[in-house]
Amino acid sequence: MKPAQFEYHAPTSTLEAVTLLKNHVDEAKVIAGGQSLVPMLALRIARFEHLIDLNRIEELRGIRLEGDTLVVGALTRQSSAEHSELVARHVPLLHRALPKIGHFQIRNRGTIGGSIAHADPASELPCVALCLGATMTLVGPNGSRTVDASDFFISIWQSSAEPDEILSHVAFPVATGTSGFAIEEFALRAGDFAIAGVSCAVTLDSDRRVARASIAFMGMGPTPLRAHEAESALVGTRADAVDCAATARLAVEATTPGDDVHASAAYRTRIAASLAATALRRALEEADNA
Amino acid sequence: MHEIPVSIEVNARERRALLEPRATLADFLREACGLTGTHLACEHGVCGACTVLLDGAAVRSCLIFAVQADGQSVTTVEGLTPEDGTLNRVQQAFWNNHGLQCGFCTPGFIVSVEALLRDNPHPSDEEIREGLSGNLCRCTGYQGIINAVREAAGN
Ligand SMILES: Cc1cc2nc3c(=O)[nH]c(=O)nc-3n(C[C@H](O)[C@H](O)[C@H](O)COP(=O)(O)OP(=O)(O)OC[C@H]3O[C@@H](n4cnc5c(N)ncnc54)[C@H](O)[C@@H]3O)c2cc1C
Ligand code: FES
Ligand code: FES
Repeated sequence: MKPAQFEYHAPTSTLEAVTLLKNHVDEAKVIAGGQSLVPMLALRIARFEHLIDLNRIEELRGIRLEGDTLVVGALTRQSSAEHSELVARHVPLLHRALPKIGHFQIRNRGTIGGSIAHADPASELPCVALCLGATMTLVGPNGSRTVDASDFFISIWQSSAEPDEILSHVAFPVATGTSGFAIEEFALRAGDFAIAGVSCAVTLDSDRRVARASIAFMGMGPTPLRAHEAESALVGTRADAVDCAATARLAVEATTPGDDVHASAAYRTRIAASLAATALRRALEEADNA
Repeated sequence: MHEIPVSIEVNARERRALLEPRATLADFLREACGLTGTHLACEHGVCGACTVLLDGAAVRSCLIFAVQADGQSVTTVEGLTPEDGTLNRVQQAFWNNHGLQCGFCTPGFIVSVEALLRDNPHPSDEEIREGLSGNLCRCTGYQGIINAVREAAGN
């Protein structure tokens, strides 16, 4: 099917885009890579009078190191980030998550900011952002503000961005010290959205004990979800003494999966527990060998 | 809704048209340029039949509005084919290996495989499967297609 008619705007600065959005709020939507929005328009799940194209805004593109964060412009293509040396070196979890998004043709067009703003609970990047404690910078008519990932994802396809705000960049904390990362997911076919998935980040202290741990699930509720209780239980344990399977069983208790045509909630929970055990083991091993 | 002038370099030739913003790049190629090698099946990003190269990158032309590609360059399956009507290396490999049956999905596969082999001239079997995962075929079966890519890569 074809999308309904709309008026097209192609601003060249963030300010111009925000002004357009403000003037047409309620009837306007920004388009980045279009890899989620255009299917929704084509299926007529969504319809807008105005589309504001971000693709000509150079300042929204690019990856740079700023202190202890790696700042990724919202319009940076998923494929550019996937092949970025900076991402590979400083945010290994993001580097490993990117190839799991769809297919290379999707990543050539899809953007980092689009994936996060879209806030699909089964998506890799919202899960990674939550796992690492990334921050999102939003620009609106009254200036900009920065939102922590833990406050950003509200519900399915819903973030805390206001309708007149644009996500300008995402800041990922860079990996430091003795740390390890892993992402595991199960999908029916390569490139499909995951039925369930999990990402893990751990940091060890000088005694090889867990100093910090983060476990975040995708596809296991209306948003990506952190397993705080399981994370706390890990702290202080020696990396080689962690019972990964037991921790994973505790971790999935933090999730609220639903049933759908692909999998029941119970099946999702079993898969997620198994994936979490694997991810945790891999992250711990990586940190322990670092 | 008013139409917008669009100018896109297609297969090294400048093409202009006046289009509604909702016309996709695939609509522009098929209807304004008469290049019907770019096929449309699902029109929502799932099947890959509409794959073209946009400034060299393989993308779904059903998920890009033509107005967005204004000033950019596009290569379609027609642009990858020798002028004398013979088949290129990838097309010949599909022919040799029963890589197509009805042929509907084939242009999308050819474009994707061209991009795949340009970036990775000798992919492993796993990389071939991964590289083909964004294109659906509903009748040949994938083994012939995988064999075609192996042959085109000289594996
Ligand atoms: C076949 C297929 C398979 C896919 N598989 C996966 C997968 O396995 N995993 C996965 O995570 N994704 C997958 N995707 C989705 C893909 O990753 C999208 O690129 C991504 O979800 C959205 O990014 P985009 O840049 O394309 O955004 P768009 O589609 O342009 O926009 C999506 C939404 O975000 C909003 N938005 C975009 N950018 C901004 C911004 N800067 N500020 C504010 N709002 C913004 C838009 O208004 C819209 O509501 C798949 C897509 C397809 C077609
Ligand atoms: S027609 Fe574009 S992906 Fe199916
Ligand atoms: S050859 Fe018929 S769909 Fe692929």
